[in-house]
Amino acid sequence: MSLLLGLIIKSLILIVLLMSGFAGVMLFERKLLGWFHLRLGPNRVGPWGLLQPLADGLKLALKEDVLPDRVDSLVYHLAPVISLFTALAAFAVIPVGPSFTAFGARVTLSIASPSAGIVYLLAIFSLAVYGLTLAGWSSQSKYALLGGVRSTAQLISYELAMGVAIVGSLILAGSGNLAHIVDAQRSMWYVVYEPLGFLIYFICAVADTNRPPFDLPEADAELVAGYHTEYSGMRFAMFFMAEYINIITVSAVATLLFLGGWQGPVAPSVVWFLLKVAALVFVFVWLRATLPRLRYDRLMAFGWKVLLPVALVQLVAVAAFVAWGVVPA
Amino acid sequence: MPEAQLLAELAAALPEGVREAHPEGEAWALVDRSCLLEACRHLKAAGMNFLADLTAVDYPERTPRFEVVYHLLAIPQGWRLRLKVPVEEASAEVDSVATVWKAAPWAEREVFDLFGIRFAGHPDLKRILLPDEWEDHPLRKDFPLTGKKPAEEASRG
Amino acid sequence: MSTTTVETMVLNMGPQHPSTHGVLRVILELDGETVVDAEPVIGYLHTGIEKTAEYRTWHQAIVLVDRMDYVASVTNNLGYVLAVEKLLGLPVPPRAQYIRVMMAELQRIASHLVWLGTHALDMGAVAPFWYGFQGREQILDLLELISGARFHTSFLRVGGVARDLPEGFPEQLQAFLHDFPAWLDTYLGLLDQNPIWLERLRHIGVVSAQDAIDWGLGGPTLRGSGVNWDLRKAAPYCSYDHFDFRVPVGKTGDVYDRYRVRMEEMAQSLKIVRQAFDGLPEGPVKVEDPHYSLPPRPLLGQSMESLIHHFKLASEAFSVPAGETYTAIEGPRGELGFYLVSDGGNRPYRMRVRPPCFYNLQALPAMVRGRLVADVVACIGSIDIILGEVDR
Repeated sequence: MSLLLGLIIKSLILIVLLMSGFAGVMLFERKLLGWFHLRLGPNRVGPWGLLQPLADGLKLALKEDVLPDRVDSLVYHLAPVISLFTALAAFAVIPVGPSFTAFGARVTLSIASPSAGIVYLLAIFSLAVYGLTLAGWSSQSKYALLGGVRSTAQLISYELAMGVAIVGSLILAGSGNLAHIVDAQRSMWYVVYEPLGFLIYFICAVADTNRPPFDLPEADAELVAGYHTEYSGMRFAMFFMAEYINIITVSAVATLLFLGGWQGPVAPSVVWFLLKVAALVFVFVWLRATLPRLRYDRLMAFGWKVLLPVALVQLVAVAAFVAWGVVPA
Repeated sequence: MPEAQLLAELAAALPEGVREAHPEGEAWALVDRSCLLEACRHLKAAGMNFLADLTAVDYPERTPRFEVVYHLLAIPQGWRLRLKVPVEEASAEVDSVATVWKAAPWAEREVFDLFGIRFAGHPDLKRILLPDEWEDHPLRKDFPLTGKKPAEEASRG
Repeated sequence: MSTTTVETMVLNMGPQHPSTHGVLRVILELDGETVVDAEPVIGYLHTGIEKTAEYRTWHQAIVLVDRMDYVASVTNNLGYVLAVEKLLGLPVPPRAQYIRVMMAELQRIASHLVWLGTHALDMGAVAPFWYGFQGREQILDLLELISGARFHTSFLRVGGVARDLPEGFPEQLQAFLHDFPAWLDTYLGLLDQNPIWLERLRHIGVVSAQDAIDWGLGGPTLRGSGVNWDLRKAAPYCSYDHFDFRVPVGKTGDVYDRYRVRMEEMAQSLKIVRQAFDGLPEGPVKVEDPHYSLPPRPLLGQSMESLIHHFKLASEAFSVPAGETYTAIEGPRGELGFYLVSDGGNRPYRMRVRPPCFYNLQALPAMVRGRLVADVVACIGSIDIILGEVDR
């Protein structure tokens, strides 16, 4: 009973944290984009525009919810829920700090700490595509449909390379439990052993979250807004939230798998974790501010012909190094 | 002056078709409707490879009422030539030059749209600037500036 | 012969679409994401400018032509006043010609910057848009200083320009001449070496030199295909033969070549502005013939003739001898031609504008057939259309 209670409390805390994290990342991004683009960014609502996410949220919540004609109502309503659900659920296995003992009980800083945490993550990432595809399919709009089709193809192709890139860390740590992987990086971050794996993971992460330059499912210049063209108000906001929470999640995973997780000198572990995640989120914003968008066919070719083979080769290399004892496992 | 030479050659090639030739200033020729396509083919072969513009002018008091005007240019020589083809109102139709220059179809559609002159052999002759269900040809001089219908009615088509 | 039947999807792109530059509508026939056919539909911005001009005096029409190509109003004005001056046989003072050249070239840079920003935005790159508009801001400030308006300057007059250059102009222009090369480097730095950018642009929307001429393409779209044709060189007007500049020409005629040509053109335009500014002759800025330009204000209180001329010009305006002309200039988008017919009255009998975008847009279907939806956006961006001018 107390276990269940603990889980519920943890879940609620996590949801609140992720929601505020979403608001924070959004503001962070808009401010950064402003600076990247030689303009001010939001600065009207509250000091330095700090309350901007609140205003945005209020606006979206109060907006009229437009339901287009002839949509597949059930799926149309379900799609954003799937997106947001998978975004939130993915974070369940992500520890933000080491476990500790308080009031005689052992507290882990994640909702669950399964031994196959990584597999769970990959599974949830794969589920996320349903939100996009179904949204595109149910909207009865050609732009949305094209966006949905694109997202299916893109996510499937990039998840493969992503999965292969992740396995390197698994081999190095000899465990699929994220907390264990972090502990195993006590002496050296894995990014040093497998820089290529980190790079591939990060590229795939950008593609997986539909962020520029891989934002093809929503490609505003081509598909208006892609899969969420027909969504408005709170339902649009749910897609929006899912996208930003996904950014936090994939950055957190990268931190855990490659950047030593919460480990760092002096400052408390959670601070280190947040700093590393923030640095990766900064790269996300940087990419968006700078790069043009890839073309659909080039994106697919890049995923299958470059990323996947390179990821496989580097996986074999890591395995070989571990087997020969070049790298301590 | 190469334009004068071009005009002379054109007049020699189509003695019936070229009614007037004016080599002075901006060179131009008045070409009979029946010979237009031939004249254009001849000129293109002579180097006038660029159809700079195609338009029409309405002279309600004249007969024939309309003049379809072709502005030709030779790249890279830079010769310019103007062809004018008189067209009467009753059978307002001239041959399309779409087969001579790829630039022609849209310009011909515009003349059809705004003047009501038809182009025989045009690949897709329909209105271009105005809505398909529009009835009039506004660049004709007898079309009033403010339109023939009250504004709200006209916008409804 | 293939016997498979392919079911195609018709996608109505526009008139409300982020990358159709206003109100262009393209009906795309798609097989998956491959374009089988495309048909541009225009006319959404048709305002009857040619018709309206027939009801305005020769001078009043200047304000109308401003509104066609609304990102390059000076070049519109220039083409129009040159045509009227040709009908009148009116010589224009050299200082006015230099000021016109300076403004027209500044406007060309500003127009190309709008193209750069929107084209890059269509390709998904947001930064060049903001950076480009920052550079353009300085030009708009300059135009505002000269004419009082940032967009629709309406500053040129038949026989010259409205006023002499204002105080503070030389300093502000110098600042711009100093700053802009750095901006240009920034734009090139953002895009020129970027593999994604190159991949999106190279070998897309290829038009051969012969086809480009046949389609009647103009400006950078024509020169990108390797046709060395620039009216500023081929048929110099407005004293362009006084200036030393190069006409950039592409090789393959793809979107990338058009991009390169425009980028290089900005540098060349800057060169012309600098030369025009350095060589600015002294003297009047408009013809001193009172039949065409308003007499100076102070004279109205002193001379009866001036008052009469002023009254005549302001009420009846000048008449233009019967005749017709086709006068073309090199606008930022290609050959901008004005075919004016006068019946000897104080208003144009017919004003026909040869809009370069109109002809450029006509070639779009040929560029995009067999390519992807994303390439349609690239091609639309590369021909740099302004719908205000296409539809007039």
